[in-house]
Amino acid sequence: MSYLKEFFSLAVLGVLIENFVLVKFYGICPFLGVSKKTDTALGMGMAVTFVMVLASLLTWLVQRYILIPLNVEYLQTISFILLIAALVQFVEMVVAKLVPSLYSALGIYLPLITTNCAVLGVTLINVQREYTLFQTLSFSFWSAMGFTLAIFLFAGVRERLETSKIPKYLQGFPIALITAGLIAMAFLGFQGLSF
Amino acid sequence: MKNNSNLKILSNGIIAENPTFIQLLGMCPTLAVTTSLINAIGMGLSATFVLIFSNLVISILRKCIPNKIRIASYIVVIAAFVSVIEMLLKAYLPSISDALGLFIPLITVNCIILARAESFASKNKPIPSAFDGLGMGLGFTLGLSVLGTVREILGAGTLLGFPLFGSSFEPALIFILPPGAFLALGIILAIYNILKDEKGAASK
Repeated sequence: MSYLKEFFSLAVLGVLIENFVLVKFYGICPFLGVSKKTDTALGMGMAVTFVMVLASLLTWLVQRYILIPLNVEYLQTISFILLIAALVQFVEMVVAKLVPSLYSALGIYLPLITTNCAVLGVTLINVQREYTLFQTLSFSFWSAMGFTLAIFLFAGVRERLETSKIPKYLQGFPIALITAGLIAMAFLGFQGLSF
Repeated sequence: MKNNSNLKILSNGIIAENPTFIQLLGMCPTLAVTTSLINAIGMGLSATFVLIFSNLVISILRKCIPNKIRIASYIVVIAAFVSVIEMLLKAYLPSISDALGLFIPLITVNCIILARAESFASKNKPIPSAFDGLGMGLGFTLGLSVLGTVREILGAGTLLGFPLFGSSFEPALIFILPPGAFLALGIILAIYNILKDEKGAASK
């Protein structure tokens, strides 16, 4: 019962209050880069979710059973990023072998996940907040969902922007950033939910 | 002659290929830490440090790194220097270290650094690579400082912590909140486009 409660309170926290993209600014590069179409945005969101949950699990184990016993916590950044790079490479190979259709849909975005700060960010937050394994997994799942929600919403708005008339100097990045600002303003309203 | 080309590399990073305004790289820290000018400068200089040394080391090692695992090797070199600056800041500037928080370890995945390693340091000699790192780093610092200045003045009515206006001034709080980061950068980029256009028209 308490697990269920924890799971849903982390959902509110991860998706709405601390939305990774719109409130905490992790993963802005893919947010601005691959949000031109809703289906690629959704694909990116799914791939990131998969990597984030798996990376959180592995880094939790590394932190708990390697870094802490050996008293080398200062190697966190370097060991986590190596693990993430290896994991992304591995996921890429497995997906290519087992589900070629998914691989060709995600192809270009897969290797880019290594340098997505949301992935390294979530693993470091989990350690910083001393989450248990269950909390680690739920929090990384929900913050990845928050990322997916943000990128999907933003892609929907950008598809509309394509067909609308925009002042010359605002075309491209400026209008995209201002749009993101407006979405972020809506998410600011969820701050009141924190408990 | 040699000095001249290094200076050119330096100015290339600051102006012609400014990472923030032209290449639009490293957006996460750009938006996240620019709530005040001092944070912006702290972030910019930390990234500059990492850029100079990672470019230097990668350039020295460029012939020993096998092509297939080059990205992973670059990331290890970068992460090592990020750990160094992380520990230095914690020891000597704890207030900056607290304000920047997670964004210091996240310099590791800053696209500017990896992009310079891949596109410059892996093809050039150590000294020009270090200058390229310095130029890009200063360009990044400049971009962050502009955004930090605008946001701090509009959002808090202060600059480097000193109040600029009388007590009757009501700061627009939104500019130091997350949405303000997107809005401010969007508007700055639009102004930049206008200036560039006018300059282009004038030179014709």
